[in-house]
Amino acid sequence: MGDPLLQVAGLRTHFFTRTGVVRAVDDASFTIDRGEVLGIVGESGSGKSITGFSIMGLIDPPGRIVDGTLRFDGTDLRGLSGDQMRTLRGRRIAMIFQDPMMTLNPVLRIDTQMIEALTAHIQIGKDEARARCRDALGMVGIPSPEERLSAYPHQFSGGMRQRVAIAIALLHKPDLIIADEPTTALDVTIQAQILYEVQTLVHTQNMALMWITHDLSVVAGLADRIAVMYAGRVVESGATERIIERPIHPYTQGLIGSVPSRSARGARLNQIPGMAPSPSNLPEGCAFRPRCAYATAQCGTVPENREVVAGRWARCHHPLSGDTEDRVASAS
Amino acid sequence: MTVFIIRRLLQSLLVVAVMSTLVFAGVYAIGNPIDILISPEATQAEFDRAVRSLGLDLPLWQQYGVFLQNLVQGDLGRSFVYNEPAIELILNRMPATLELAAVALFLSIVFGIPLGLWAGLKPESIAGRSIMVGSIFGFSLPNFWQGLMLIMLFSVMFDLLPAGGRGETAVFLGIESSIWTLDGWEHLILPAINLALFKASLVIRLTRASVREVINLDYVKFARAKGLSERRVIFVHVLKNIMIPVITILGLELGVMIAFAVVTETVFSWPGMGKLIIDSIFVLDRPVIVAYLTVIVVMFIIINLVVDILYSVFDPRVRLSDVGA
Repeated sequence: MGDPLLQVAGLRTHFFTRTGVVRAVDDASFTIDRGEVLGIVGESGSGKSITGFSIMGLIDPPGRIVDGTLRFDGTDLRGLSGDQMRTLRGRRIAMIFQDPMMTLNPVLRIDTQMIEALTAHIQIGKDEARARCRDALGMVGIPSPEERLSAYPHQFSGGMRQRVAIAIALLHKPDLIIADEPTTALDVTIQAQILYEVQTLVHTQNMALMWITHDLSVVAGLADRIAVMYAGRVVESGATERIIERPIHPYTQGLIGSVPSRSARGARLNQIPGMAPSPSNLPEGCAFRPRCAYATAQCGTVPENREVVAGRWARCHHPLSGDTEDRVASAS
Repeated sequence: MTVFIIRRLLQSLLVVAVMSTLVFAGVYAIGNPIDILISPEATQAEFDRAVRSLGLDLPLWQQYGVFLQNLVQGDLGRSFVYNEPAIELILNRMPATLELAAVALFLSIVFGIPLGLWAGLKPESIAGRSIMVGSIFGFSLPNFWQGLMLIMLFSVMFDLLPAGGRGETAVFLGIESSIWTLDGWEHLILPAINLALFKASLVIRLTRASVREVINLDYVKFARAKGLSERRVIFVHVLKNIMIPVITILGLELGVMIAFAVVTETVFSWPGMGKLIIDSIFVLDRPVIVAYLTVIVVMFIIINLVVDILYSVFDPRVRLSDVGA
């Protein structure tokens, strides 16, 4: 196996505001391969969206990537000029946003917004561009795409708008799609349809998909691997089933414990004590320390990201059992 | 759409009726024009004759009745002072004011929108801050003082441009205006700048505020995520969205510029309508005042109608509906 399609290592994106430095992403590391779905899971403010925007090169001032490596298909993204990055955006790395009601420009027709995405990167005739847009709309399940091309965004429902956004993201058959909670604003049935369609597309087109969400139950059925983020750091990563079955990091355990389940109907929902820390005022050492039942004095230092069990990484001084049978020998 | 326009025109009739009643009563309450018009040495017989010929001997409600009667025949009355039809007086002065307002509007757009865009996109830059500080001056320095300073600089000190009056006119495309001659422009440019300074400042601040708001919205970020050039993001995605508030304000301000350019017209001795209305108010020349305000009301209604139609051009979510308004 060669290099992964995208390698993020030690990414730090900080916002330099008047009230102080907000460490939105503070040392995040993970990789994604072609044909793979990576779920990035975390609460609001854990830095998962900012991680996505950092990869896209869309961090606006006062934010800035201060450190880390972003290696995409052998290219160092941080070393690219603005214009070089622009030619990658939309063509090789595409992004889908959270709120479909806000993603499309309300005063421009769908065809304008789709065709401009094509002509930004390739020389293409008007008729051919229109045909490609129509096919893309058809592919994401929009009925009578030819007519819908001439419509305005407000004439679409939320679910349909998100399909349009997905169709735009797919126009250039990108290598990597970053999906930032694309189904959060949609109702459950539409969510299920879109999840299914996206999954099919990723596997048939051999794309990599980075699915950012706060909803563990969504990625459980979708992602091959999961990276759990807390306070700007990836605290645990590994194969989806193994993380769900036996989490290593106490935070992951808390997250899984707080998902409502059918078997415990009527029982009080488990919750993680305390509140997620503000990224402008993080605790010293392990950021989860104040809420963690296992915390000791040792947790005052930031734990290294280490391979606790083969293929499973975590940042914790007191990892939970994990899969005991193949625990890495060097782990202590 | 047609129903929409007809409805608007009917509304305008109502507004004219209410306005004329108010102005009639208002001017009546201020004083009797006859005291100003007729010389103090006039005999009682002359005085009575003048009062009768102007119809001022009738009670107010009858005077108003006569006015309405004439109005439906398209007659807005004769000026007490000039003894000419009031509407003709106004229409004679109108082209001068219209061309002044049009040039001022043009200046506020071509300076206001680009400067506002710049200040909105680079709020922290020196240029961005300077634009905003400049707009505060344009906003708060009194209009007449700005006009006097322009005259002092360009007419007195550098002797580049005439200090007042309207230049030569020429007819082009059936419109007689001074914008077709060089001399006309020389006379026009200073008052137009004077009139435009305040409006341009307003447009700058409005454009900047709208840009600051729109630039952070998801659809702008999504446009960037598609890999569009910065030019396209700003001039298509951002600009088209900020045009809606800008058009609203420009529409209102155009009306204000036409109707109440009094200060500028006075400073630059511009022979427009503003000068006429002020003079008419001084001598309580009621037919001119009422006719003038009628023209202004109709004009505002037309401008608002055009603005509403422009909305539907710029914002597809706006449909001119036949119900309501």
